[in-house]
Amino acid sequence: MAREIDLLERQKRLAWYLIVPAVFVVFLVIGYPLIQVLVYSFMKYKLDGVTPPSFAGIDNYLFIFSDSDFWHAVWITLIFTFFSVTIESVLGLTVALVANSKFKGRTFLRVAILIPWAIPTVVSSQIWRWMFNDIYGVVNVILANLHIIPHKLAWLATPATALPVIIAVDVWKTTPFMSLLLLAGLQLIPADLYEAASIDGATGIRKFFSVTLPLVTPTLLVALIFRTLDALRVFDIFYIMVGGQGNMATVAVYNQQQLIAFLDAGVGSATSVVILIFIMIFVVLYTRFSKTSFE
Amino acid sequence: MNDQQTKVLVLRVLFYLLVVVILVFNLFPFLYALLSSFRPSNDLFSTDLWPKALGLDHYQAVFKDARFVGSLLNSVIVAGSTVLISLALGSLCAYALGRLPFRFKGPVLYLVLTMTMFPQISVLSGLFVMLKALNLFNTRQGLVVTYLIFTMPFTIWVMTQYFRSLPKELEEAAYVDGASPLTVFWQILLPLTMPGLVSTGLLAFIAAWNEFLFALTFTVTDTMKTVPVVISQFSGTSSFEQPWGSIMAASMVVTIPLVILVMIFQYRIVAGLTAGAVKG
Repeated sequence: MAREIDLLERQKRLAWYLIVPAVFVVFLVIGYPLIQVLVYSFMKYKLDGVTPPSFAGIDNYLFIFSDSDFWHAVWITLIFTFFSVTIESVLGLTVALVANSKFKGRTFLRVAILIPWAIPTVVSSQIWRWMFNDIYGVVNVILANLHIIPHKLAWLATPATALPVIIAVDVWKTTPFMSLLLLAGLQLIPADLYEAASIDGATGIRKFFSVTLPLVTPTLLVALIFRTLDALRVFDIFYIMVGGQGNMATVAVYNQQQLIAFLDAGVGSATSVVILIFIMIFVVLYTRFSKTSFE
Repeated sequence: MNDQQTKVLVLRVLFYLLVVVILVFNLFPFLYALLSSFRPSNDLFSTDLWPKALGLDHYQAVFKDARFVGSLLNSVIVAGSTVLISLALGSLCAYALGRLPFRFKGPVLYLVLTMTMFPQISVLSGLFVMLKALNLFNTRQGLVVTYLIFTMPFTIWVMTQYFRSLPKELEEAAYVDGASPLTVFWQILLPLTMPGLVSTGLLAFIAAWNEFLFALTFTVTDTMKTVPVVISQFSGTSSFEQPWGSIMAASMVVTIPLVILVMIFQYRIVAGLTAGAVKG
């Protein structure tokens, strides 16, 4: 008995020793900078090394909320998020259903859909930028040869054509993740449910709507929230595809520019706080939906 | 052939057509980039779809480019160190969270899961000032520290799931024999979580290798830049058209190792990805 209590004590002590270093590191890289960001967001803080930081109240927040560039960035981010997440979900579910059926070459398909996911975002953005190059790009050459477009388009020069291309890159890159999550969800559906549905005379389409879709919905919701979180903070694709063009900045690009181009840590931090609050709402939703146990 | 058989045949054909469409959609951009990387400039900058000549010119050019080669080395060092630190600290912490009695287990796990979804952009200015103050701005060490933001919570979370999934009997037998909790970890549990370590290590490596925002913001000199930053800033020597051949060759150099890793460890990667997101 005494030995068991001794062991329990030793386990408890060891748990502390093991958890503390990791928690310390996480606090150092997330907690501390986050507190700093909160503080800076209420300060006039130029990174030019000349002006000393001073208290500014809510000036930075007032600046952002009255800045039309910020609202434009919010708008671009929301459109991007809505379309990319919606298209990814539909395509992801289609791919997951195909990958879940039995056919020759299934393993090859499962490996092939991982390739866009593994390619660095910077690289996929560059590849698509080359594909949509105005003179030599494969898309313009094919479309012009087939006379679908009267003359070659400068796709990335105007928002009306650049945004769909950017959404396409994101869909290409992240549909694999969506498909994999949904495939895992599909594999959890017990086979006897389909057998029972067959006995009841259900057709393929009927089975999809009354068995597959309801049972995969929890996974779909989790995947949706997960992807939405990612899409709301999109930076790489926009930065590479359209550079820092003011009319095509997302909130993350806007934030980075405030900090690096304008050296304004005050406004940059205030933007970060706004993004964080927005994203945290989705995180709470996610942890509610995912039914994760923490004990 | 009766109606039923015709219907089955048509469905079968449509199904395989869908498979082909999915494959083309997923593979075409990659294969097109691969092909472009082998086309000499005069062939690449023509509107012919099919190459008339192939060669290694662009690969020779990028490997002669000190900036690119240096950035490859930086990326290997940064991503490698990030993974080693996260696995070492993260798996110890995960052992405690998954296996040992600990009063604040629930809140800590909740915090860890929340942190896995933490938006990096939110701490950009805080990290910028912190790195400057610690003299880590524009250094590889500085990048490693900031990369722990996304690798540590992820490693802790996924490894905790792995530790939890191991049967209780394993360690009980060892405790009866008088083993200490740390011995149990080293000699019994750690070897069993090897598959988990491989999955998480790979995913953390890919995430660190692909990272762009921090690398772009926290490095300024060419000698400290990582591969994604250098690829985003490739510019030609004189022509106003970008050196697309070199960009594609450099892109393939950083992508092909990842594609090979994905092919070898496909099963492990999928297991890690889904453990990080759906299981709980």
